[in-house]
Amino acid sequence: MTVMSGQLTVKQIEQKAFYMRREIITMLEAAGSGHSAGPLGLSDLIATLYFGVMNYKPKKPEWGDRDYFFLSNGHCVPVQYAAMAEAGFFDKKELKTLRKWGSRLQGHPERTKLPGLENTSGPLGSGLSQAAGVAYSLQYLDAQTHRFVYCVTGDGELNEGNIWEAAMFAGKYKLSQLITFVDRNNIQIDGNTEDVMPLEDLAGKWRSFGWHVQEIDGHNVESILDAIGMAKAISNRPSVIITHTIPGKGVDFMEYDYRWHGMPPNHEQAAEALKELRTLRGKITHEGQKHE
Amino acid sequence: MSKYPLNPNILTDEVDVEPIRAGFGRGLKTAGDKDKNVVALCADLTESVQMHLFREAFPKRFIEVGVAEQNLVTVASGLARAGKIPFTASYAAFSPGRNWEQIKTTAALNDQPVKVVGGHAGLMTGPDGATHQMLEDVALMRVMPNMVVIAPGDSLEAEKATLAIASNGKPSYLRLARDKTPIFSTEKSPFEIGTAYVLREGRDISLFGTGTLTYELLVAAKLLEKSGIDAEVVHVPTIKPLDDETILKSLEKTGRGVTAEEAQIAGGLGSSITELTAEYLPVPIKRLGVNDRYGESGTPREVFEHFGLDGKSLAKKIQTFIKKAPQYKKGY
Repeated sequence: MTVMSGQLTVKQIEQKAFYMRREIITMLEAAGSGHSAGPLGLSDLIATLYFGVMNYKPKKPEWGDRDYFFLSNGHCVPVQYAAMAEAGFFDKKELKTLRKWGSRLQGHPERTKLPGLENTSGPLGSGLSQAAGVAYSLQYLDAQTHRFVYCVTGDGELNEGNIWEAAMFAGKYKLSQLITFVDRNNIQIDGNTEDVMPLEDLAGKWRSFGWHVQEIDGHNVESILDAIGMAKAISNRPSVIITHTIPGKGVDFMEYDYRWHGMPPNHEQAAEALKELRTLRGKITHEGQKHE
Repeated sequence: MSKYPLNPNILTDEVDVEPIRAGFGRGLKTAGDKDKNVVALCADLTESVQMHLFREAFPKRFIEVGVAEQNLVTVASGLARAGKIPFTASYAAFSPGRNWEQIKTTAALNDQPVKVVGGHAGLMTGPDGATHQMLEDVALMRVMPNMVVIAPGDSLEAEKATLAIASNGKPSYLRLARDKTPIFSTEKSPFEIGTAYVLREGRDISLFGTGTLTYELLVAAKLLEKSGIDAEVVHVPTIKPLDDETILKSLEKTGRGVTAEEAQIAGGLGSSITELTAEYLPVPIKRLGVNDRYGESGTPREVFEHFGLDGKSLAKKIQTFIKKAPQYKKGY
């Protein structure tokens, strides 16, 4: 039984992110509906988690010593499906069933349908609480301090009150095994986050709720790995890593364009996107910035 | 079927009274003794919803989440993912009143054994007024696939129901009333999820009650005796899954029925039973409860009388209905 855990190099993780982006484009084209920008933007982070950080057994998803991953912004699930297929939870062929009748790959993730998913999500704001519940259990009820709970939320998702209820809760109980990423891509459905409902000072908000805060370039695998290393070392607070990403990253005509939030590529657009991704692969390493 | 053991003092002045929620408090503590995976979460109402017994016995397994009902059930969903059996409690007006979507997505659709305990439900919450007299909870929870819905009739039954949902492996809703109510059952009375109980046999009409209204129906049935009406009283503590067999069997015999609940009849027990009879046995049914209205402040008794849900008012309404509604016979 393979245990996946941090055994890949930065280059290999970047390679996985490339494969995942390719799968995201082809599965969304096949589905004919779904979200493009978020999953592409999250590919580097999710690849790093699945191939450089988390402990799990793809053929034994309920393995009792695994780390947990909670996707709070369920609409980005194509990136998680791509990572899971890449990791061997299921055959990559199944990715083409996304959003189709009879598929285990529901439009928004359903735990009871696909082994390896920890939660059912889509309606925003609840995944962080679920992650906090698991982290509470590991820390206070199970005495399993070596396991970690990773959670990804969107930035628009932070408009939800439920998120801040969870932030208060995790702060109160100092859930140090909880590591949350805010996908800071600055867009949501109705436009830019700062126009729809301003979030800044975002780092200050989390800090005031008792969290350890880092801000990183979400497309730099080394930065992501470093930040997670730091978050794991913080033993008296939950951690949030504000992960700056480019929506639609890797496909020029999708980048920064909020119209791609909830739209899949058609056949021609998918072909064009795949061509651009190949180009990206050549310039895949870039300067990362890390802010403390 | 063996006879349901009723408290012999039921219709006397010596009948014991206790809030239904007290039974929940004892049951939760016992569930905690039996299974170390049982944990309790409360939203700043610990004593009010009687979780203090559990908190004192198992301080490490008690989690205070503050006045945050959305977080209450979603943290519980996470705890369930980690193998725990989480009981969440607040007032029904707030949970499931405020956090319905979270319950649906993270407990019911996600099929996790999260227990939602709605305290201070119904008209019994009298003086607090309409904002706190939760009347829509049964309807809200009943429409959720995977969800079990139970409204115990007295404190002893609430204790048994709490133990039953602790081990049923399903998301479950337990509806509790605040005020002291008569204990009509005994330690020996059975309770099983999904079972309705015939408390009193009769030939002229079936009276179906849930929660606190079952006792009021027993009072009504006694009053109806004087008018020569032989009423059957069926206690329906589990609203979902409904005990179709017991309900239909009773109605086949009596040919007409009445439902009673301190909740909106739209979506409540009244709806549940008439949906069943409309498909399988079209007997005349009168639904008694709250019909598309809100409550208001008053003592529980005053509010019950205003809505005609005390035993005496019920008896009158049942008598009027009987005059108008002939008993259904097959082939009619």
